[in-house]
Amino acid sequence: MTRSVAVAALAAALVSISVPAAKAETIFVSNERDNTVTVLDGTSYEILKVIETGARPRGMVFTPDFKLLLVCAGDDNRLDVIDTETLEVVRHLDSGPDPELLDVDPQGERVYIANEDEGYVTVMEIESGKVLAEIPVGVEPEGMAVSPDNKFTVATSETTSMAHFIDNETLEVTANVLVDTRPRVAKFEPNGKLVWVTAEIGGTVSVIDPETHKIVEKFGFDIPGVRRELIQPVGVRFSDDGKRAFVALGPANRVAVVDVATYKAVDYILVGQRPWHLAMNTDRTKLYVANGLTNDMTIVDVATLKPEKSVPVGRLPWGVLVKP
Amino acid sequence: MAVGPRVELLIRAKTGLAVAAAAILAGWLAAALPARAAPESPSEAPPDALVTKVVYLSKRYPEPPPLSLLEKILSDEGVQGARLAINEINQTGRFLKQHFELVEVVAKRDEDVLNLARPILAEGPALLLADLEPSDLLALADLPEAKASVIFNTRSSRDELRQQDCRANVFHLMPNWAMRADALAQYLVWKKWRRWFVVHGTTPQDLEYLAAIRRAAKKFGAKVVDERVYEFDAGSRRTDSGHQQIQTQMPLLTQGAADHDVVFVADAGEAFGDYLMFRTYEPRPVVGSQGLQAVAWHRAYEQYAGTQLQNRFEKLAGRIMMERDYTAWLGARVVGEVVTRTGKNTPQDIRARVLESDFEVAGFKGIGQSFRTWDHQMRQPMLISGPRALVSISPQEGFLHERFLTDTLGFDQPETQCRFEQ
Repeated sequence: MTRSVAVAALAAALVSISVPAAKAETIFVSNERDNTVTVLDGTSYEILKVIETGARPRGMVFTPDFKLLLVCAGDDNRLDVIDTETLEVVRHLDSGPDPELLDVDPQGERVYIANEDEGYVTVMEIESGKVLAEIPVGVEPEGMAVSPDNKFTVATSETTSMAHFIDNETLEVTANVLVDTRPRVAKFEPNGKLVWVTAEIGGTVSVIDPETHKIVEKFGFDIPGVRRELIQPVGVRFSDDGKRAFVALGPANRVAVVDVATYKAVDYILVGQRPWHLAMNTDRTKLYVANGLTNDMTIVDVATLKPEKSVPVGRLPWGVLVKP
Repeated sequence: MAVGPRVELLIRAKTGLAVAAAAILAGWLAAALPARAAPESPSEAPPDALVTKVVYLSKRYPEPPPLSLLEKILSDEGVQGARLAINEINQTGRFLKQHFELVEVVAKRDEDVLNLARPILAEGPALLLADLEPSDLLALADLPEAKASVIFNTRSSRDELRQQDCRANVFHLMPNWAMRADALAQYLVWKKWRRWFVVHGTTPQDLEYLAAIRRAAKKFGAKVVDERVYEFDAGSRRTDSGHQQIQTQMPLLTQGAADHDVVFVADAGEAFGDYLMFRTYEPRPVVGSQGLQAVAWHRAYEQYAGTQLQNRFEKLAGRIMMERDYTAWLGARVVGEVVTRTGKNTPQDIRARVLESDFEVAGFKGIGQSFRTWDHQMRQPMLISGPRALVSISPQEGFLHERFLTDTLGFDQPETQCRFEQ
């Protein structure tokens, strides 16, 4: 089913059962301290619903059909599955201890979960909830990214400072790449050829070739007037054409705009305090930034790269996703 | 934490060896064992691995029991942190064919720790986590055969060890008194609580902290308006009638002091500091060695993945992580950081690498931590914590430094009295 068909079907469903004004697109923000997910209208930015979740919700991912949202409830050692139409938690999945981030394969069959406290990755069938494997990786795994061709998955371990490459067929680690200190997020370039790994304390992004497992490029950030140790890259969002990337820089309170061809930051956008993760709206005109310390979400205009406004969400917002 | 049914299934599904290992582990870790079958943690070196030996060296010193009954009397503070770090760096090391071993050497109360150190050093330069009092630390550092070793001070806060008594082979992970006093001073100045009434005990550590408090007042524009010494041995951890006596004693001790904003207590010897709170003559907050403290680590701290470290520690040790656990953990992590990234593991290699300008270790306090080249003290943020909750983290905003904000705490290069003998 193509995306537009899915959207049409969904829209029809919404009209017929009339859920709270979820007409166009919706924004989901996980609030680490509140144990909630805030759902905002993608046009008015009004809060449609605050969904109670398990304790310490952080990483979130949609199934490819956008019907379900999987939320890591770290302190409750489970995933909460939210129906994106009814906005209710409809199911729990036994993720294993302390899930932090996760990713779903392109078919929506499996979820790959970083178990932060225990140092492994849980691979689970979404429909049955069956655990297919627990794969030992380094200490404090966090970043998870399934390659667009579904051949492998990258897990980053924060305290081991590595990107681990997992073969999705054998479910074994095939390579380990040492990166800078505290890698937190792995993200594939849209064409799937290279994977970016952000290192929070190292202050850098390592660009890794998944074929050779070599770091082909490593770049940092230099913001006039901001101390280097405050520049802590975490979340990454690419433009659809892969030419540009937005990188949230944590305590630097900025989002870097990176020219992918040259791997250079061309601009820095001032947002709220300690931005964690980023999302874009469907027509890619707005960038949404979850600000961990200011309990809000900054809306950035993509054309001008200017912050337009901030809207309140819950306490310690962490993850942000847009459902078309 | 509950064990789900699928967990037990998974345990059964593991290989016989893993099950056996889990059973053995369960025997001596008992309740501390993680709920799910933890992936096999490497306890033995693969045949072609680069093996790095780290020695934890300590002694059963007579220690004052904590005044508060909430604090356990511990016999394993320090070594548990080292054990955790070794587990962690082994988890990394197995991807790199590296293995780390912890050798635990603890002298009895009346035993000379040097007698235990000599056979280790006879094998060559060593990597030592020294959980030692200053006199033993210096005696160890001054052994001719220890010259090329790397000794991590994980215990003593004594300022002189970073000043006139500094040693080229000693690296300090424990913050010194000046760092503690400065960290609190910055917070107090930010609060505009600049008038300090200092009450101190009589142990050497109390007097060391007292000197650091006086220095911090000068450095940050605060004022020690009054100073008193507490000379009795309250020692009432286990006295049924303790509180009545203390209730009259503490107001007397603090009565008639010059106008002050806080009572700054220097009682590292745990004789009376906790008793000052809520009993001072004037209603004033208590800061210093008790009350609001500046510490390297605290259970109430959770940010910057602190929660993960706290959880891992509690699973391993069955208790909360104390400051000396943190510093011993940090020392082994420094070793791991160098060996992981350089593939070299001799003490000379470690020493050279940690003194390079781009070296840093993740100490779970938000920024990379590194050593000051002039006195080998690790620069690090200091937690400003009350007894039950974190209050702040120093350095405070607005206290600027041209290179490292953390160098506003303790001895910066211009004021160092350390001259390393080469």
